[in-house]
Amino acid sequence: MNEKPEKLIDKKGLRLDGRKVDELRPVKIEVGILSNADGSAYIEHGKNKILAAAYGPREMHPKHLSQPDRMVLRCRYHMAPFSVGERKSPAPSRREIELSKVIRQSLEPSVFLEYYPRTGVDIFIEVLQADGGTRCASITAAALALADAGIPMRDLVVACAAGKVDDTVVLDLFDTEDKVGCADVPVAFMPNLNAVTLLQMDGILSTEEFEKAVNMAIEGCKKIYEIQKEALKTKYMLIQEEEEVEEE
Amino acid sequence: MSSLITRVRVTQIEQLIEKGKRLDARGVGDYREIKVEQGVIEKAEGSARVLLGKTEVLVGVKVETGTPFPDTPDNGVLTVNAELVPLASPTFEPGPPDENSIELARIVDRGIRESQAIDTEKLCIEAGKKVFVVFVDVYVLNHDGNLIDASALAAVAALMNTKMPNYEVKDGEVVIKQGYTQLPLKSHPITVTLGKINNKLIVDPWLEEEQVMDSRLTMAFNDEGNICATQKGGSGYFTQQQILEAMKLAQEKAAELRKKMKW
Repeated sequence: MNEKPEKLIDKKGLRLDGRKVDELRPVKIEVGILSNADGSAYIEHGKNKILAAAYGPREMHPKHLSQPDRMVLRCRYHMAPFSVGERKSPAPSRREIELSKVIRQSLEPSVFLEYYPRTGVDIFIEVLQADGGTRCASITAAALALADAGIPMRDLVVACAAGKVDDTVVLDLFDTEDKVGCADVPVAFMPNLNAVTLLQMDGILSTEEFEKAVNMAIEGCKKIYEIQKEALKTKYMLIQEEEEVEEE
Repeated sequence: MSSLITRVRVTQIEQLIEKGKRLDARGVGDYREIKVEQGVIEKAEGSARVLLGKTEVLVGVKVETGTPFPDTPDNGVLTVNAELVPLASPTFEPGPPDENSIELARIVDRGIRESQAIDTEKLCIEAGKKVFVVFVDVYVLNHDGNLIDASALAAVAALMNTKMPNYEVKDGEVVIKQGYTQLPLKSHPITVTLGKINNKLIVDPWLEEEQVMDSRLTMAFNDEGNICATQKGGSGYFTQQQILEAMKLAQEKAAELRKKMKW
Protein backbone atom coordinates (compact mmCIF):
# COMPACT_ATOMS: atom_id res chain seq x y z
CA MET A 1 0.00 0.00 0.00
CA ASN A 2 1.19 3.49 -0.86
CA GLU A 3 1.22 5.99 1.96
CA LYS A 4 -1.67 8.41 1.72
CA PRO A 5 -0.41 11.87 0.77
CA GLU A 6 -1.40 14.55 3.28
CA LYS A 7 -2.00 17.32 0.80
CA LEU A 8 -3.48 16.77 -2.63
CA ILE A 9 -3.01 20.38 -3.71
CA ASP A 10 0.22 22.26 -2.95
CA LYS A 11 0.73 25.91 -2.01
CA LYS A 12 1.00 26.95 -5.65
CA GLY A 13 -2.41 25.43 -6.32
CA LEU A 14 -0.98 22.51 -8.26
CA ARG A 15 -2.11 18.92 -7.88
CA LEU A 16 -0.02 15.79 -7.24
CA ASP A 17 0.52 15.27 -10.97
CA GLY A 18 1.33 18.94 -11.54
CA ARG A 19 -2.03 19.93 -13.03
CA LYS A 20 -4.03 23.05 -12.24
CA VAL A 21 -7.43 22.55 -10.59
CA ASP A 22 -9.34 22.96 -13.86
CA GLU A 23 -6.87 21.17 -16.11
CA LEU A 24 -7.58 17.91 -17.92
CA ARG A 25 -5.12 15.05 -18.19
CA PRO A 26 -3.70 14.56 -21.72
CA VAL A 27 -6.27 12.78 -23.90
CA LYS A 28 -5.34 10.78 -27.00
CA ILE A 29 -7.97 9.04 -29.10
CA GLU A 30 -7.76 6.76 -32.13
CA VAL A 31 -10.75 5.54 -34.11
CA GLY A 32 -11.13 2.33 -36.13
CA ILE A 33 -8.27 0.29 -34.79
CA LEU A 34 -9.91 -3.15 -34.57
CA SER A 35 -10.43 -4.77 -37.96
CA ASN A 36 -13.09 -7.27 -36.88
CA ALA A 37 -15.40 -4.80 -35.14
CA ASP A 38 -17.93 -2.70 -37.06
CA GLY A 39 -16.64 0.27 -35.14
CA SER A 40 -13.91 0.76 -32.57
CA ALA A 41 -11.94 3.34 -30.64
CA TYR A 42 -8.95 3.47 -28.31
CA ILE A 43 -8.55 6.16 -25.70
CA GLU A 44 -5.67 7.16 -23.50
CA HIS A 45 -6.95 9.51 -20.84
CA GLY A 46 -4.02 10.17 -18.54
CA LYS A 47 -2.87 6.69 -17.62
CA ASN A 48 -6.22 5.13 -18.49
CA LYS A 49 -5.96 2.89 -21.55
CA ILE A 50 -9.30 1.69 -22.84
CA LEU A 51 -10.53 -0.13 -25.93
CA ALA A 52 -14.15 0.03 -27.08
CA ALA A 53 -15.75 -1.94 -29.93
CA ALA A 54 -19.23 -1.86 -31.44
CA TYR A 55 -20.76 -4.83 -33.26
CA GLY A 56 -23.99 -4.15 -35.09
CA PRO A 57 -26.67 -3.46 -36.03
CA ARG A 58 -26.94 -7.24 -36.23
CA GLU A 59 -29.43 -9.98 -35.44
CA MET A 60 -30.15 -10.26 -31.73
CA HIS A 61 -28.92 -13.30 -29.95
CA PRO A 62 -30.88 -14.71 -28.15
CA LYS A 63 -33.66 -13.73 -30.53
CA HIS A 64 -36.39 -13.24 -27.92
CA LEU A 65 -34.58 -10.19 -26.57
CA SER A 66 -35.16 -8.26 -29.80
CA GLN A 67 -37.71 -5.44 -29.80
CA PRO A 68 -40.28 -4.97 -32.60
CA ASP A 69 -39.96 -1.18 -32.62
CA ARG A 70 -36.28 -0.50 -31.98
CA MET A 71 -32.73 -1.69 -31.87
CA VAL A 72 -31.47 -3.02 -28.55
CA LEU A 73 -28.24 -1.57 -27.21
CA ARG A 74 -26.15 -3.84 -25.02
CA CYS A 75 -23.03 -2.88 -23.19
CA ARG A 76 -20.31 -4.72 -21.31
CA TYR A 77 -17.76 -2.78 -19.31
CA HIS A 78 -14.92 -5.02 -18.23
CA MET A 79 -11.57 -4.51 -16.54
CA ALA A 80 -8.54 -6.59 -17.44
CA PRO A 81 -7.04 -8.49 -14.46
CA PHE A 82 -3.77 -6.58 -14.90
CA SER A 83 -5.38 -3.13 -15.20
CA VAL A 84 -5.14 -2.27 -11.50
CA GLY A 85 -2.60 -2.53 -8.68
CA GLU A 86 -3.79 -5.78 -7.22
CA ARG A 87 -4.94 -8.42 -9.72
CA LYS A 88 -8.66 -8.15 -10.38
CA SER A 89 -10.60 -11.35 -10.91
CA PRO A 90 -11.75 -11.48 -14.54
CA ALA A 91 -15.28 -12.43 -13.44
CA PRO A 92 -17.63 -9.43 -13.70
CA SER A 93 -17.87 -7.68 -10.33
CA ARG A 94 -20.98 -5.91 -9.02
CA ARG A 95 -19.29 -2.61 -9.83
CA GLU A 96 -18.74 -3.66 -13.44
CA ILE A 97 -22.35 -4.78 -13.78
CA GLU A 98 -23.61 -1.44 -12.48
CA LEU A 99 -21.21 0.49 -14.70
CA SER A 100 -22.25 -1.53 -17.76
CA LYS A 101 -25.83 -0.45 -17.06
CA VAL A 102 -25.14 3.26 -16.51
CA ILE A 103 -22.79 3.42 -19.50
CA ARG A 104 -25.49 1.83 -21.68
CA GLN A 105 -28.03 4.35 -20.41
CA SER A 106 -25.63 7.21 -21.06
CA LEU A 107 -25.31 6.14 -24.73
CA GLU A 108 -28.95 5.23 -25.44
CA PRO A 109 -30.21 8.83 -25.75
CA SER A 110 -27.66 9.49 -28.49
CA VAL A 111 -28.63 6.65 -30.85
CA PHE A 112 -31.60 6.61 -33.25
CA LEU A 113 -32.63 3.18 -31.94
CA GLU A 114 -35.90 3.26 -33.86
CA TYR A 115 -34.06 3.14 -37.21
CA TYR A 116 -33.18 -0.54 -36.87
CA PRO A 117 -36.06 -2.48 -35.32
CA ARG A 118 -35.51 -6.16 -34.36
CA THR A 119 -31.73 -5.76 -34.29
CA GLY A 120 -29.11 -5.31 -31.63
CA VAL A 121 -25.81 -3.57 -31.21
CA ASP A 122 -23.22 -4.77 -28.73
CA ILE A 123 -20.63 -2.50 -27.19
CA PHE A 124 -17.65 -4.11 -25.56
CA ILE A 125 -15.38 -2.02 -23.38
CA GLU A 126 -12.09 -3.38 -22.11
CA VAL A 127 -10.16 -1.36 -19.57
CA LEU A 128 -6.52 -2.30 -20.15
CA GLN A 129 -5.19 0.10 -17.54
CA ALA A 130 -7.17 2.04 -14.97
CA ASP A 131 -6.16 5.27 -13.27
CA GLY A 132 -9.40 6.88 -12.09
CA GLY A 133 -12.24 8.01 -14.31
CA THR A 134 -12.49 4.85 -16.40
CA ARG A 135 -16.27 5.05 -16.79
CA CYS A 136 -15.95 8.50 -18.34
CA ALA A 137 -13.15 7.55 -20.71
CA SER A 138 -15.10 4.40 -21.60
CA ILE A 139 -18.16 6.43 -22.59
CA THR A 140 -16.05 8.80 -24.72
CA ALA A 141 -14.53 5.81 -26.55
CA ALA A 142 -17.79 3.82 -26.82
CA ALA A 143 -19.61 6.75 -28.45
CA LEU A 144 -16.85 6.91 -31.06
CA ALA A 145 -17.06 3.16 -31.65
CA LEU A 146 -20.80 3.56 -32.34
CA ALA A 147 -20.17 6.45 -34.71
CA ASP A 148 -17.39 4.50 -36.41
CA ALA A 149 -19.81 1.61 -36.93
CA GLY A 150 -21.94 4.03 -38.95
CA ILE A 151 -24.86 4.00 -36.54
CA PRO A 152 -26.96 7.17 -36.84
CA MET A 153 -26.56 9.34 -33.76
CA ARG A 154 -28.00 12.61 -32.48
CA ASP A 155 -24.60 13.62 -31.11
CA LEU A 156 -21.45 12.08 -29.73
CA VAL A 157 -21.52 11.39 -26.00
CA VAL A 158 -18.50 12.63 -24.10
CA ALA A 159 -17.78 12.18 -20.42
CA CYS A 160 -15.57 13.70 -17.78
CA ALA A 161 -15.55 13.83 -13.98
CA ALA A 162 -15.09 16.61 -11.49
CA GLY A 163 -14.72 16.20 -7.77
CA LYS A 164 -13.50 17.66 -4.54
CA VAL A 165 -10.05 17.25 -3.03
CA ASP A 166 -8.76 19.29 -0.07
CA ASP A 167 -11.90 21.50 -0.03
CA THR A 168 -11.38 22.48 -3.68
CA VAL A 169 -13.52 21.48 -6.64
CA VAL A 170 -11.21 20.06 -9.30
CA LEU A 171 -11.57 18.65 -12.81
CA ASP A 172 -10.79 15.11 -13.96
CA LEU A 173 -9.66 13.18 -10.86
CA PHE A 174 -6.99 10.56 -11.22
CA ASP A 175 -6.77 7.41 -9.10
CA THR A 176 -5.22 8.82 -5.90
CA GLU A 177 -7.48 11.89 -5.90
CA ASP A 178 -10.49 9.65 -6.44
CA LYS A 179 -9.56 7.37 -3.52
CA VAL A 180 -8.32 9.98 -1.03
CA GLY A 181 -10.47 12.91 -2.15
CA CYS A 182 -13.84 13.93 -0.75
CA ALA A 183 -16.14 13.45 -3.72
CA ASP A 184 -16.34 12.34 -7.34
CA VAL A 185 -18.96 13.49 -9.87
CA PRO A 186 -18.80 11.73 -13.26
CA VAL A 187 -20.86 13.42 -15.97
CA ALA A 188 -21.65 12.35 -19.55
CA PHE A 189 -22.83 15.03 -21.92
CA MET A 190 -24.11 15.59 -25.46
CA PRO A 191 -22.85 19.13 -26.22
CA ASN A 192 -25.14 19.84 -29.18
CA LEU A 193 -28.25 18.95 -27.20
CA ASN A 194 -27.11 20.32 -23.82
CA ALA A 195 -28.09 16.91 -22.44
CA VAL A 196 -26.54 15.22 -19.43
CA THR A 197 -26.88 11.47 -19.95
CA LEU A 198 -24.89 10.20 -16.99
CA LEU A 199 -24.67 11.76 -13.57
CA GLN A 200 -23.38 10.02 -10.50
CA MET A 201 -21.85 11.22 -7.28
CA ASP A 202 -20.27 9.78 -4.20
CA GLY A 203 -18.70 11.58 -1.30
CA ILE A 204 -20.05 14.65 0.44
CA LEU A 205 -20.73 17.94 -1.33
CA SER A 206 -22.85 20.96 -0.49
CA THR A 207 -25.41 21.89 -3.13
CA GLU A 208 -23.21 24.84 -4.21
CA GLU A 209 -20.18 22.57 -4.60
CA PHE A 210 -22.27 20.04 -6.48
CA GLU A 211 -23.45 22.69 -8.92
CA LYS A 212 -19.88 23.89 -9.39
CA ALA A 213 -18.62 20.33 -9.96
CA VAL A 214 -21.32 19.58 -12.55
CA ASN A 215 -20.56 22.81 -14.43
CA MET A 216 -16.82 22.16 -14.30
CA ALA A 217 -17.27 18.58 -15.56
CA ILE A 218 -19.41 19.84 -18.46
CA GLU A 219 -16.68 22.34 -19.41
CA GLY A 220 -14.22 19.42 -19.37
CA CYS A 221 -16.58 17.42 -21.57
CA LYS A 222 -16.66 20.22 -24.13
CA LYS A 223 -12.86 20.21 -24.36
CA ILE A 224 -12.70 16.43 -24.84
CA TYR A 225 -15.52 16.70 -27.41
CA GLU A 226 -13.18 18.62 -29.71
CA ILE A 227 -10.52 15.89 -29.44
CA GLN A 228 -13.22 13.27 -30.00
CA LYS A 229 -14.46 14.91 -33.22
CA GLU A 230 -10.91 15.36 -34.44
CA ALA A 231 -10.19 11.64 -33.87
CA LEU A 232 -13.24 10.65 -35.90
CA LYS A 233 -12.31 12.97 -38.77
CA THR A 234 -8.69 11.78 -38.75
CA LYS A 235 -9.72 8.22 -39.55
CA TYR A 236 -11.69 9.26 -42.62
CA MET A 237 -8.99 11.67 -43.76
CA LEU A 238 -6.59 8.71 -43.74
CA ILE A 239 -8.99 6.59 -45.82
CA GLN A 240 -9.36 9.42 -48.30
CA GLU A 241 -5.60 9.81 -48.62
CA GLU A 242 -5.14 6.07 -49.14
CA GLU A 243 -7.72 6.06 -51.91
CA GLU A 244 -6.10 8.98 -53.61
CA VAL A 245 -2.77 7.14 -53.59
CA GLU A 246 -4.41 4.05 -55.09
CA GLU A 247 -6.05 6.07 -57.84
CA GLU A 248 -2.70 7.51 -58.86
CA MET B 1 -38.14 -4.64 -14.69
CA SER B 2 -40.54 -3.42 -17.33
CA SER B 3 -43.94 -4.72 -18.16
CA LEU B 4 -46.49 -3.61 -20.71
CA ILE B 5 -48.43 -0.38 -20.47
CA THR B 6 -51.06 0.70 -22.97
CA ARG B 7 -50.56 3.76 -25.17
CA VAL B 8 -53.80 5.26 -23.83
CA ARG B 9 -52.41 5.06 -20.32
CA VAL B 10 -49.12 6.63 -21.36
CA THR B 11 -50.95 9.57 -22.93
CA GLN B 12 -53.20 9.89 -19.91
CA ILE B 13 -50.27 10.03 -17.49
CA GLU B 14 -48.40 12.50 -19.70
CA GLN B 15 -51.39 14.81 -20.12
CA LEU B 16 -52.13 14.82 -16.39
CA ILE B 17 -48.53 15.66 -15.50
CA GLU B 18 -48.62 18.45 -18.06
CA LYS B 19 -51.39 19.95 -15.86
CA GLY B 20 -49.44 19.23 -12.67
CA LYS B 21 -51.72 16.34 -11.70
CA ARG B 22 -51.24 12.61 -11.27
CA LEU B 23 -53.32 9.48 -11.70
CA ASP B 24 -53.39 8.75 -7.97
CA ALA B 25 -54.51 12.32 -7.17
CA ARG B 26 -51.12 13.32 -5.77
CA GLY B 27 -49.41 16.60 -6.62
CA VAL B 28 -46.18 16.32 -8.62
CA GLY B 29 -44.16 17.03 -5.48
CA ASP B 30 -45.94 14.63 -3.12
CA TYR B 31 -44.75 11.36 -1.69
CA ARG B 32 -47.18 8.52 -1.27
CA GLU B 33 -48.16 7.58 2.27
CA ILE B 34 -45.15 6.25 4.17
CA LYS B 35 -45.31 3.72 6.97
CA VAL B 36 -42.22 2.54 8.83
CA GLU B 37 -42.23 -0.34 11.26
CA GLN B 38 -39.04 -1.28 13.08
CA GLY B 39 -37.97 -4.53 14.72
CA VAL B 40 -40.25 -6.83 12.75
CA ILE B 41 -37.80 -9.74 12.56
CA GLU B 42 -36.68 -10.86 16.02
CA LYS B 43 -33.85 -13.10 14.81
CA ALA B 44 -32.18 -10.26 12.94
CA GLU B 45 -30.00 -7.77 14.86
CA GLY B 46 -32.02 -5.02 13.21
CA SER B 47 -34.97 -4.83 10.84
CA ALA B 48 -37.55 -2.50 9.35
CA ARG B 49 -40.49 -2.74 7.01
CA VAL B 50 -41.40 0.24 4.88
CA LEU B 51 -44.61 0.78 2.99
CA LEU B 52 -44.42 3.50 0.36
CA GLY B 53 -47.92 3.46 -1.04
CA LYS B 54 -48.20 -0.14 -2.18
CA THR B 55 -44.47 -0.62 -2.51
CA GLU B 56 -43.25 -2.79 0.32
CA VAL B 57 -39.66 -3.39 1.36
CA LEU B 58 -38.29 -5.37 4.26
CA VAL B 59 -34.71 -4.87 5.41
CA GLY B 60 -32.93 -7.20 7.78
CA VAL B 61 -29.56 -6.41 9.33
CA LYS B 62 -27.25 -9.14 10.54
CA VAL B 63 -24.08 -8.35 12.47
CA GLU B 64 -21.34 -10.94 12.42
CA THR B 65 -17.60 -11.02 12.97
CA GLY B 66 -15.21 -11.14 10.03
CA THR B 67 -11.91 -9.84 8.71
CA PRO B 68 -11.47 -6.16 7.74
CA PHE B 69 -10.36 -4.98 4.30
CA PRO B 70 -6.55 -4.61 4.12
CA ASP B 71 -6.78 -0.88 3.28
CA THR B 72 -9.03 -0.15 6.30
CA PRO B 73 -7.71 -2.54 8.98
CA ASP B 74 -9.39 -0.77 11.92
CA ASN B 75 -12.84 -0.28 10.38
CA GLY B 76 -15.88 -2.52 10.41
CA VAL B 77 -17.36 -3.65 7.12
CA LEU B 78 -20.68 -2.73 5.52
CA THR B 79 -22.26 -5.02 2.93
CA VAL B 80 -25.51 -4.21 1.17
CA ASN B 81 -27.38 -6.72 -0.95
CA ALA B 82 -30.79 -6.43 -2.59
CA GLU B 83 -33.11 -9.21 -3.65
CA LEU B 84 -35.95 -8.59 -6.09
CA VAL B 85 -37.82 -11.68 -4.91
CA PRO B 86 -40.17 -13.24 -7.49
CA LEU B 87 -43.23 -12.87 -5.27
CA ALA B 88 -42.94 -9.09 -5.46
CA SER B 89 -43.78 -8.59 -9.13
CA PRO B 90 -44.76 -10.59 -12.23
CA THR B 91 -41.61 -9.24 -13.87
CA PHE B 92 -39.17 -10.55 -11.24
CA GLU B 93 -37.57 -13.91 -11.87
CA PRO B 94 -35.64 -16.23 -9.56
CA GLY B 95 -31.92 -16.46 -10.13
CA PRO B 96 -28.70 -14.61 -9.39
CA PRO B 97 -29.00 -10.81 -8.92
CA ASP B 98 -29.48 -8.98 -12.23
CA GLU B 99 -28.26 -5.47 -13.05
CA ASN B 100 -31.40 -3.91 -11.54
CA SER B 101 -31.00 -5.48 -8.13
CA ILE B 102 -27.25 -4.80 -8.16
CA GLU B 103 -27.86 -1.15 -9.04
CA LEU B 104 -30.49 -0.89 -6.28
CA ALA B 105 -28.12 -2.39 -3.70
CA ARG B 106 -25.28 -0.14 -4.78
CA ILE B 107 -27.39 3.03 -4.59
CA VAL B 108 -28.57 2.13 -1.07
CA ASP B 109 -24.97 1.23 -0.17
CA ARG B 110 -23.60 4.53 -1.49
CA GLY B 111 -26.09 6.59 0.53
CA ILE B 112 -25.13 4.84 3.77
CA ARG B 113 -21.41 4.56 3.06
CA GLU B 114 -20.74 8.06 1.73
CA SER B 115 -22.72 9.80 4.49
CA GLN B 116 -20.61 7.76 6.93
CA ALA B 117 -23.83 6.72 8.60
CA ILE B 118 -22.21 3.85 10.46
CA ASP B 119 -19.32 4.68 12.78
CA THR B 120 -17.21 1.82 11.42
CA GLU B 121 -14.24 2.65 13.67
CA LYS B 122 -16.29 1.52 16.65
CA LEU B 123 -16.87 -1.83 14.95
CA CYS B 124 -13.22 -2.82 15.21
CA ILE B 125 -12.49 -5.73 17.57
CA GLU B 126 -8.81 -6.32 16.78
CA ALA B 127 -7.18 -4.10 14.16
CA GLY B 128 -6.32 -5.97 10.96
CA LYS B 129 -7.77 -9.22 12.27
CA LYS B 130 -11.30 -9.05 13.51
CA VAL B 131 -14.10 -6.55 13.01
CA PHE B 132 -17.89 -6.55 12.97
CA VAL B 133 -19.43 -6.96 9.53
CA VAL B 134 -22.83 -5.35 9.05
CA PHE B 135 -24.93 -7.15 6.44
CA VAL B 136 -27.85 -5.10 5.17
CA ASP B 137 -30.20 -7.27 3.14
CA VAL B 138 -32.92 -5.48 1.20
CA TYR B 139 -35.91 -7.66 0.46
CA VAL B 140 -38.44 -6.21 -1.96
CA LEU B 141 -41.83 -7.71 -1.12
CA ASN B 142 -44.13 -5.73 -3.41
CA HIS B 143 -43.04 -3.64 -6.38
CA ASP B 144 -45.22 -0.63 -7.08
CA GLY B 145 -42.48 1.78 -8.10
CA ASN B 146 -39.66 3.77 -6.48
CA LEU B 147 -37.90 0.82 -4.91
CA ILE B 148 -34.85 3.02 -4.34
CA ASP B 149 -36.42 5.42 -1.84
CA ALA B 150 -38.35 2.67 -0.06
CA SER B 151 -35.23 0.51 0.23
CA ALA B 152 -32.98 3.36 1.38
CA LEU B 153 -35.53 4.42 3.98
CA ALA B 154 -35.97 0.86 5.23
CA ALA B 155 -32.21 0.30 5.34
CA VAL B 156 -31.58 3.36 7.54
CA ALA B 157 -34.60 2.55 9.72
CA ALA B 158 -33.26 -0.99 10.16
CA LEU B 159 -29.76 0.30 11.05
CA MET B 160 -31.28 2.62 13.67
CA ASN B 161 -32.96 -0.44 15.10
CA THR B 162 -29.79 -2.57 15.06
CA LYS B 163 -28.28 -3.92 18.26
CA MET B 164 -24.83 -5.44 18.37
CA PRO B 165 -23.95 -8.26 20.70
CA ASN B 166 -21.69 -7.38 23.64
CA TYR B 167 -18.39 -9.21 23.52
CA GLU B 168 -15.03 -9.62 25.17
CA VAL B 169 -11.76 -10.88 23.72
CA LYS B 170 -10.31 -13.89 25.56
CA ASP B 171 -7.02 -15.38 24.27
CA GLY B 172 -7.65 -13.87 20.86
CA GLU B 173 -11.13 -15.38 20.69
CA VAL B 174 -14.29 -13.28 20.66
CA VAL B 175 -16.66 -14.36 23.39
CA ILE B 176 -20.23 -13.12 23.14
CA LYS B 177 -21.56 -11.79 26.43
CA GLN B 178 -25.04 -11.06 27.69
CA GLY B 179 -26.83 -7.96 26.50
CA TYR B 180 -26.68 -5.68 23.48
CA THR B 181 -25.47 -2.23 22.52
CA GLN B 182 -26.91 0.05 19.88
CA LEU B 183 -25.12 0.12 16.48
CA PRO B 184 -23.18 3.44 16.49
CA LEU B 185 -24.63 5.77 13.84
CA LYS B 186 -23.24 9.16 12.83
CA SER B 187 -25.71 10.15 10.13
CA HIS B 188 -29.15 9.27 8.82
CA PRO B 189 -29.13 9.72 5.04
CA ILE B 190 -32.39 10.46 3.27
CA THR B 191 -32.73 9.41 -0.36
CA VAL B 192 -35.06 11.16 -2.79
CA THR B 193 -35.84 9.95 -6.31
CA LEU B 194 -37.32 12.16 -9.01
CA GLY B 195 -38.73 11.00 -12.33
CA LYS B 196 -38.79 13.03 -15.54
CA ILE B 197 -41.86 12.79 -17.75
CA ASN B 198 -42.16 15.18 -20.73
CA ASN B 199 -39.53 17.44 -19.16
CA LYS B 200 -41.54 17.72 -15.93
CA LEU B 201 -40.09 16.49 -12.64
CA ILE B 202 -42.17 14.34 -10.33
CA VAL B 203 -41.37 13.07 -6.85
CA ASP B 204 -41.68 9.40 -5.89
CA PRO B 205 -42.79 7.85 -9.23
CA TRP B 206 -45.03 4.82 -8.84
CA LEU B 207 -44.95 1.78 -11.12
CA GLU B 208 -46.92 3.13 -14.11
CA GLU B 209 -45.09 6.44 -13.99
CA GLU B 210 -41.80 4.53 -13.97
CA GLN B 211 -42.87 2.85 -17.20
CA VAL B 212 -43.62 6.23 -18.79
CA MET B 213 -40.70 8.31 -17.49
CA ASP B 214 -37.57 8.58 -19.61
CA SER B 215 -35.13 9.08 -16.76
CA ARG B 216 -34.79 9.41 -13.03
CA LEU B 217 -32.43 11.19 -10.68
CA THR B 218 -31.71 9.93 -7.17
CA MET B 219 -29.99 12.04 -4.56
CA ALA B 220 -29.11 11.17 -0.97
CA PHE B 221 -28.66 13.86 1.69
CA ASN B 222 -26.89 13.62 5.04
CA ASP B 223 -27.99 15.19 8.35
CA GLU B 224 -26.43 18.55 7.39
CA GLY B 225 -28.38 18.66 4.12
CA ASN B 226 -25.30 18.02 1.97
CA ILE B 227 -25.47 15.67 -0.99
CA CYS B 228 -23.76 12.33 -0.33
CA ALA B 229 -24.77 10.24 -3.35
CA THR B 230 -26.32 10.76 -6.77
CA GLN B 231 -27.40 8.42 -9.53
CA LYS B 232 -29.06 9.18 -12.82
CA GLY B 233 -31.01 6.28 -14.29
CA GLY B 234 -33.09 5.54 -17.35
CA SER B 235 -32.46 6.05 -21.03
CA GLY B 236 -33.24 9.74 -21.22
CA TYR B 237 -31.28 12.84 -20.25
CA PHE B 238 -31.38 15.96 -18.10
CA THR B 239 -30.34 19.42 -19.24
CA GLN B 240 -27.91 21.39 -17.10
CA GLN B 241 -30.80 23.57 -15.93
CA GLN B 242 -32.98 20.55 -15.06
CA ILE B 243 -30.22 19.09 -12.87
CA LEU B 244 -30.12 22.23 -10.74
CA GLU B 245 -33.91 22.31 -10.58
CA ALA B 246 -33.94 18.64 -9.56
CA MET B 247 -31.24 19.20 -6.95
CA LYS B 248 -33.25 21.95 -5.27
CA LEU B 249 -36.47 19.95 -5.35
CA ALA B 250 -34.74 16.85 -3.97
CA GLN B 251 -33.12 18.85 -1.18
CA GLU B 252 -36.46 20.34 -0.20
CA LYS B 253 -38.17 16.93 -0.24
CA ALA B 254 -35.35 15.34 1.77
CA ALA B 255 -35.75 18.00 4.47
CA GLU B 256 -39.50 17.37 4.50
CA LEU B 257 -39.01 13.62 4.81
CA ARG B 258 -36.43 14.04 7.55
CA LYS B 259 -38.91 16.10 9.55
CA LYS B 260 -41.63 13.51 9.02
CA MET B 261 -39.33 10.66 10.08
CA LYS B 262 -38.00 12.71 13.03
CA TRP B 263 -34.44 11.55 12.17
